[in-house]
Amino acid sequence: MTVAVNVHLKKGVLDPQGKAVHHALETLGFKDISNVRVGKQILLEIDTENKEKAVEEAKKAAGELLANPVIENFEIEVK
Amino acid sequence: MKVTVIVFPGTNCDRDTKWAFERTGAKAEFVWHNEHNLKNPDLVVLPGGFSYGDYLRSGAIARFSPIMQEVKEFAKKGGYVLGICNGFQILLESGLLPGGMTRNENLHFISKFHHLKVINNNNKFLQKLNPGEIINIPIAHAEGNYKADKDTLKELYDNSQVLLKYCDANGNELNPNGSVDSIAGICNKNKNVFGLMPHPERAMQNILGGEDGIKMIEGFLK
Repeated sequence: MTVAVNVHLKKGVLDPQGKAVHHALETLGFKDISNVRVGKQILLEIDTENKEKAVEEAKKAAGELLANPVIENFEIEVK
Repeated sequence: MKVTVIVFPGTNCDRDTKWAFERTGAKAEFVWHNEHNLKNPDLVVLPGGFSYGDYLRSGAIARFSPIMQEVKEFAKKGGYVLGICNGFQILLESGLLPGGMTRNENLHFISKFHHLKVINNNNKFLQKLNPGEIINIPIAHAEGNYKADKDTLKELYDNSQVLLKYCDANGNELNPNGSVDSIAGICNKNKNVFGLMPHPERAMQNILGGEDGIKMIEGFLK
């Protein structure tokens, strides 16, 4: 089962990459985009058919390594 | 005075750091990240570089190295630990220092001499410097944008854990990377774990641009 861990900087922590991308989009004429946040998606292949178990495993991995709780939030998404 | 310099895959300031300590009279040796023995040092230094290619987040993977478990134990018992640049990032990821590091506000890798103001010197690392003193030390990083939440920041100030701030030659605040309150270096509550983004080991000789790093390196010798 593929489970995605989406990691973003917490709200309130300035995202310089998002800001730079936003600026570039504005330059290209995308006037309706008011904010951009850049994060990362980490795809985990987990050997189980049990969805709950997979989500649990992914949460544990995200909490221990994939995200830094001091500056980042994460969301789990079953693909 | 015995110094252990930890070497991770991707560390690149190990030799400069060892040389800097030896130059001030300490005995220094390398310990590879896979080892379990710190070799009974008075001080452990995590030098700068790009441990594990900065994959995931700077310092995130290095924190799981076998030797880091020993460093944590050593710090818990009150042993002195210094993290420079990537070493600072590893200490943050390990939870040995509070807060976290993000990309520089301008997204650039910044490599240049930068002035720093000494904020607190009631610790072993900065004891040879005076509060308010301005020193000039190179910085070289892409992720030096230090972040801490309000409570953590208050605790840092209340316990005199803020060590250094970025400034200009006259001591006015000048922030190269977006770091909260222009903070360049901190220590833990017990004042035995230190982390800073600037490189004192690169400011040991006037022929290389300055020697303001000597007083920092020598602080540990006393």
